[in-house]
Amino acid sequence: MTKDAIVKEFEAIVGGENVMTSETDRHAYSYDAAVLDSVMPALVVRPETSEALGAATKLCNDNGLPLTVRGAGTNLSGGTIPHPGGVVVLTNGLNRILEINEEDMYAVVEPGVVTAQFAAEVAKRGLFYPPDPGSQTVSTLGGNVAENAGGLRGLKYGVTKDYVMGMEFWDVNGQLVKTGSRTVKCVTGYNLAGLMVASEGTLSVFDKITLKLIPPAQAAKSMMAIFPSMKAASETVAAIIANKIVPATLEMMDNFTIRTVENFRGAGLPVEAAALLLIEVDGHPAQVEDEAAMVEKICKANGATELKVAKDAAERDAVWQARRDALPALAKLKPTCVLEDATVPRSKIPAMIEALEDISKKLDLTIGTFGHAGDGNLHPTILTDKRDKQEWERVEKGIDMIFEKALAMGGTLSGEHGIGLAKSKYLEQETTRATLEYAHRMKSVLDPKGILNPGKIIGFRK
Amino acid sequence: MADINKLAQMFKELDDQLVGCMRCGMCQAVCPVFAQSGRETDVTRGKLALLDGLASEMLTDPEGVNEKLNRCLLCGTCQSNCPSGVSVMDIFLKARAIMTGYFGLSPVKKAIFRGMLKNPKLFNMLTDMGSLFQGLFTKKVDDMLGSSCARFNAPVIGDRHFNTLSSKPLHKTFPEMDSAPGKSGLKVAFYVGCVIDKIFPHVGEAILDVLKYHGVGVYMPKGQACCGIPALSSGDTETFDTLVDLNMERFKDGEFDYLVTGCATCTSTIKELWPRMYTGNPALKGDINVLEQKTMDISQFLVDILKITPQEITGGKSVTYHDPCHLKNSLGVTAQPRTVIKAAGCDFKEMAEAGTCCGCGGSFNIAHYDMSKKIGGRKADNIMASGAQIAATSCPACMLQITDMLSQKEASMECKHVIELYADTLRGK
Ligand SMILES: Cc1cc2nc3c(=O)[nH]c(=O)nc-3n(C[C@H](O)[C@H](O)[C@H](O)COP(=O)(O)OP(=O)(O)OC[C@H]3O[C@@H](n4cnc5c(N)ncnc54)[C@H](O)[C@@H]3O)c2cc1C
Ligand code: SF4
Ligand code: SF4
Ligand code: SF4
Repeated sequence: MTKDAIVKEFEAIVGGENVMTSETDRHAYSYDAAVLDSVMPALVVRPETSEALGAATKLCNDNGLPLTVRGAGTNLSGGTIPHPGGVVVLTNGLNRILEINEEDMYAVVEPGVVTAQFAAEVAKRGLFYPPDPGSQTVSTLGGNVAENAGGLRGLKYGVTKDYVMGMEFWDVNGQLVKTGSRTVKCVTGYNLAGLMVASEGTLSVFDKITLKLIPPAQAAKSMMAIFPSMKAASETVAAIIANKIVPATLEMMDNFTIRTVENFRGAGLPVEAAALLLIEVDGHPAQVEDEAAMVEKICKANGATELKVAKDAAERDAVWQARRDALPALAKLKPTCVLEDATVPRSKIPAMIEALEDISKKLDLTIGTFGHAGDGNLHPTILTDKRDKQEWERVEKGIDMIFEKALAMGGTLSGEHGIGLAKSKYLEQETTRATLEYAHRMKSVLDPKGILNPGKIIGFRK
Repeated sequence: MADINKLAQMFKELDDQLVGCMRCGMCQAVCPVFAQSGRETDVTRGKLALLDGLASEMLTDPEGVNEKLNRCLLCGTCQSNCPSGVSVMDIFLKARAIMTGYFGLSPVKKAIFRGMLKNPKLFNMLTDMGSLFQGLFTKKVDDMLGSSCARFNAPVIGDRHFNTLSSKPLHKTFPEMDSAPGKSGLKVAFYVGCVIDKIFPHVGEAILDVLKYHGVGVYMPKGQACCGIPALSSGDTETFDTLVDLNMERFKDGEFDYLVTGCATCTSTIKELWPRMYTGNPALKGDINVLEQKTMDISQFLVDILKITPQEITGGKSVTYHDPCHLKNSLGVTAQPRTVIKAAGCDFKEMAEAGTCCGCGGSFNIAHYDMSKKIGGRKADNIMASGAQIAATSCPACMLQITDMLSQKEASMECKHVIELYADTLRGK
C-alpha cells in the first residue's frame, strides 16, 4: 500500500483528526524522557476505542509497519522512541476508569488512565492503589504495567506487577487475548498477564487492565534520621529489615543531594550530614507506635546523630517534600541529567555507594545519589551537558561502569526504569546467551514480522 | 523572508535555554491546553522539542512549528511547575519574536499594534467611538453579568457573551490625577491598563476609592499606553519597546512609593517582561528596574503594605476566587486577594482548581476559541460547584473570560474584581 492509502485506512479506523502526519506532529513523538537521540515516526495515531486500538494493531501488522505504543512517554529507557518509518499508537485517548469494585477490591481501567488520577479516584472510595512512580501525575497505567513501574512504597507494598490481576491485550493479528481474572486466585492457563508485565510494548498492545486494590493503612509515622556516613546509614537499613520491620518507605540521600536540595528549597536540611534516611512506617496505630519506636532505637544504635519524628501532617509532608525535591533540585544544576536505576541487594548498598564515589572521582563526573534504600534501588544521577562531547564520552563510560559494578554485586540493570533501547546491550551480561535466545524465539512466534517495538529490551537478533 | 538556515541560526541562540528541558514530560500534568487535547505539540515539552528541531535543522516546516507554538496560553503554569527550572516563558516569547521577524506581522495585528496601540490617543478615540456604535451590533443577554453577545454572526465574535466597551472609560472620568499622601503617608502611581480603562472603568474607580479611603496619594498621568503584552506575545518586540518607552515617559515625572495596578497581566508584564524583554534604549534599563521594584498588585499593596486584615463575615455575599495565572504563576501572589475578600466581610468559599488557567490567554481566545471555551467551561463548572454567589478574581482579562463562560452556562452569577468587593464594603453597600 502507498503511504496515502495507509493513512486513509488509519483514518477509517480512528477518525481523521486522530491520524497525525505533519512533520511537527511526528517530531513531537520522536523522543521520550531518556537521554537518547530521537527518531521520527512516519505516522502517529490516537485510537479512542478498544476496537480501534485492535484494528490499528492489525493494520500495522498487515503492512509490516513497526508499532510503538506510547502512554505518557515518561519512560527513562527509550521505550517509546519509534522505529524509523514506524507508527506511534497513543493510548491517552483510552483513559476511562471502567469499574472500581469496592466489595471485591479491584478496578478495571483502560491503558491510558493517568496513574495519580486513578489513585485519587480509588482513594475517594476508601481504597488504596500503592504503586506511586515519581512520574505518577502524568504516567499511564498501561505504561506502568509495560515497565513494571515501582515507587517509594515498593519495599512494603511491592510494584505494579503485584497489582495486575488480569488484562486484555491485542495480539499482532488484532485478536483480543484475555488473561487473569477478577478473583484473588486464578490459575486458568498460562500467566500471560505476568508475561506482559515489563514487556515494554514488545509482545502485545494492552487494552483493559484489572488491578488489585487494598485497604489503606490506618496510621502512619514519618521520620528523618541523620548519619555521619553512608556506611552507617546503609547498615541501619539492613538492621531495620533484619529486625523484621518493613517500613512503607525507606529512602536515602547522599551529602551531595542533601546540599542540592537544601539550596533549592531551604527547608533546613542538615547540610553537613553525610547521609539521610527518610522512613515511614504504617499500619495499625498500635503497630505503628511500636515500629516507630524500634526504628528510632535501631537508628540510634547504628550511629544516627539526630532523629526527627514528624509530629503532624505538615511535618510529615516536609519529610516527603525533601525526597520529592531530590530530582528537580539535581536537574537544575546542569543541562543534562542522566537518572540511572542500578539496583543491588540491600546488603551491598554501602559497597555500591563506594563504587559510585570511585567512578565519580575517576571520571571526574558529578554524581548525586538518592533512592529507594529499602529495596536496594539506587538512583545515581549524573549531571552533565550533553553538548560537551568529551564529558559525554566519560558519562557513557561511567554508565557502563555503574552497571558492571551492580551486576558484579549480584544486582540488576534496572529496578524500575526498564531496559528499552538504553540498556538492551547489557542484557546478556546480566542473564545468559540462552536467555536472550529464548526471548527471541518466543518473540518471533508471537510477533513473526517483528513489528512490536523493534529493538527494545532484547535488541535485534544477531 | 529570510531563509530557513538563518531562522535556524536565530533559534540556536535559544539553545542554552532549550537544553535545560530534560524531556521528563511532567508539564503534561499542568498544561491546560494539553488537558483538553492530549497532544504532545500542545504541551511544553513538545513545543520545546519543536524549537529544538528548528534550531538543529531537523525540521523544515517553520510555519507548522509557528502554528503549534501559538496554541499556548502563555499562562506560565508549566514554568512554575517544571522540575528542571526551564525558563519557558522567556523561550516562548523570544521564539515568537523570531517567528514574527521571519514571517512578518499579520496585517490585522500590524494595524492594531502599530497603528493603534502605539498611539494611545487614537486608541482611546477609536474605542470611544466604538462604544457609541456597539449597541447596534449587540444585544443584552444577561443583565446580571452585564454581558452582551453578537446580534449578527460576526466572525471574530462568534457566540461569545462579551462585556461591551464602557460608554465612559476611566480616562474620561479621571483624565489624570496627582494627589498628596493622606493619613497613610504613602503615595502610589496607578497604572490603569486598557481593559480596566475601556471595559471595566468601575474597577478603576473602586481602586481610586479604596486608595482615597486609606489616605494614599495617587499619581495617575494621562496618556498611559498599553503594557505591551499583546504585542510581545505576538512577537512584535518593536511595538512592545515603543509602549514601554511611552509608559516610562509618562511615569518618570511622578514621585511615588509604589506603582499599583488592578490587572494581574499588567503587573506581571511590568515586573517580569519590561526588565527582561525590553530591547530599546539601554539608558532606560536602570529606570525600568527601579519601576519594576515598586510595582505591585493592588491586593498585595493593601495586605502587605497597608496591612488590612480579614473582618468578620458581615452578612455579605459568599465569594469564590479564581487565581489569575499572571499573579499566581509569575508573581506567587495568592494569599493577598483572598485576604482582601475576607477584609470585605464576604464569606469566602475556595473552589476546586482555583489556580488553573481560565483559558483566556489574550489572543489565544480569539485564535482558538473552541479550546479556550473548553478550558473556561471547566473553570465555570468549578466556580458554580463552589456554591458561592460571586466569582471574584484579580485580572480584568480573566473577568472577561469568566463572564463569557458563566453567561453561556446561564449561571446567574456575577464576576467581580476583588477590589470591587472591598470598595463596596467601604462604601457601605
Ligand atoms: C521524573 C520521572 C520520575 C520517574 N519516576 C519513576 C519511579 O519512581 N518509578 C518507576 O518505575 N519509573 C519512574 N519513571 C519512569 C516512567 O515514568 C515509568 O516507566 C512509567 O511507567 C512510564 O509510563 P508512561 O505512561 O509514560 O509510558 P511510556 O513511557 O509511554 O511507555 C513506556 C513503555 O511502555 C510501553 N507501553 C505503554 N503503553 C502500553 C500499552 N498500552 N501496551 C503495551 N505497551 C505499552 C511503551 O511502548 C514503552 O515501551 C520516572 C520518569 C520520570 C520522567
Ligand atoms: S517539565 Fe520542564 S523539563 Fe520536564 S519536559 Fe516539561 S519543560 Fe521539559
Ligand atoms: S504556558 Fe500554559 S498553555 Fe502554554 S505550554 Fe505552558 S502550561 Fe501550557
Ligand atoms: S495587560 Fe491587558 S489589560 Fe493590562 S494594559 Fe496590557 S493589554 Fe491592557
